Amino acid sequence: MALDQSFVGRSYPPTPAYEVGREKIREFAEAVGDTNPAYTDPDAAKALGHSDVIAPPTFVFAITFKAAGVVIEDPQLGLDYSRVVHGDQRFSYTRPVRAGDRLSVTSTIESVNSRAGNDILDIRGEVHDESGEHVVTAWTKLVARAAGEEG
Amino acid sequence: MAAKIAYDEVEVGTELPAQTFPVTRATLVQYAGASGDFNPIHWNEKFAKEVGLPDVIAHGMFTMAEAIRVVTDWAGDPGAVVEYGVRFTKPVVVPNDDKGAVIEVSGKVAAKLDDDQVRVDLTAMSAGQKVLGMSRAVVRLA
Repeated sequence: MALDQSFVGRSYPPTPAYEVGREKIREFAEAVGDTNPAYTDPDAAKALGHSDVIAPPTFVFAITFKAAGVVIEDPQLGLDYSRVVHGDQRFSYTRPVRAGDRLSVTSTIESVNSRAGNDILDIRGEVHDESGEHVVTAWTKLVARAAGEEG
Repeated sequence: MAAKIAYDEVEVGTELPAQTFPVTRATLVQYAGASGDFNPIHWNEKFAKEVGLPDVIAHGMFTMAEAIRVVTDWAGDPGAVVEYGVRFTKPVVVPNDDKGAVIEVSGKVAAKLDDDQVRVDLTAMSAGQKVLGMSRAVVRLA
């Protein structure tokens, strides 16, 4: 069943702050095999002009995707999450995420479309730090495959 | 921000050093833990096949994280990335054969923009198939 168009433009309240830890950044960098010292060595990060270690560019997805859960699980929207695949992902950065950041995400449904029976949902997550400064915007396209179509 | 590459030294068509990234089942388990994405299609072969996949597949966000390393290693400062987007076109299938899969990433400068920024277009391949589409990053150079 096609999703309700009236959800376009709906925003959800900002999430409680996520505190970015140095060791969480290290764990993520190790998981993707990235040895750039800006992720693990505060002095190397400072030499590049950052106040502390920074996170790899895609690190923030873990925070924005968790925030998008309020949209995905909104019973009024009625998305069948068991059929959802990740279609596109895009980020626009004002500055890199860094250790010590306390980040809050505001999720908005940017568009709702149906194509060939698939429901396509675009969610924008605006990430701000504790002082209210913009850090990054994440756009996530989710595709709920048509019922009856396996694979 | 302190990119190591000077804007004036690159042209449209400048190629970035290509890289090859191995991925095994162990890699995916480690990434699941670090990212918090425990979807069983990324570690449970039985489950993956039940939902119609050929085998366990890598997280799309793992592939996206590897592809941008061609840009961040080149630029020197990962904080110089201004924009980054991809389309997930084909899954990276990761067999349980001690070898796993390989993601091959290349990139080239596609456009010179204002404010010392360039757009880099990336190509990510695995097992002969393009696994990311419209994979583009904007990075601010020195």
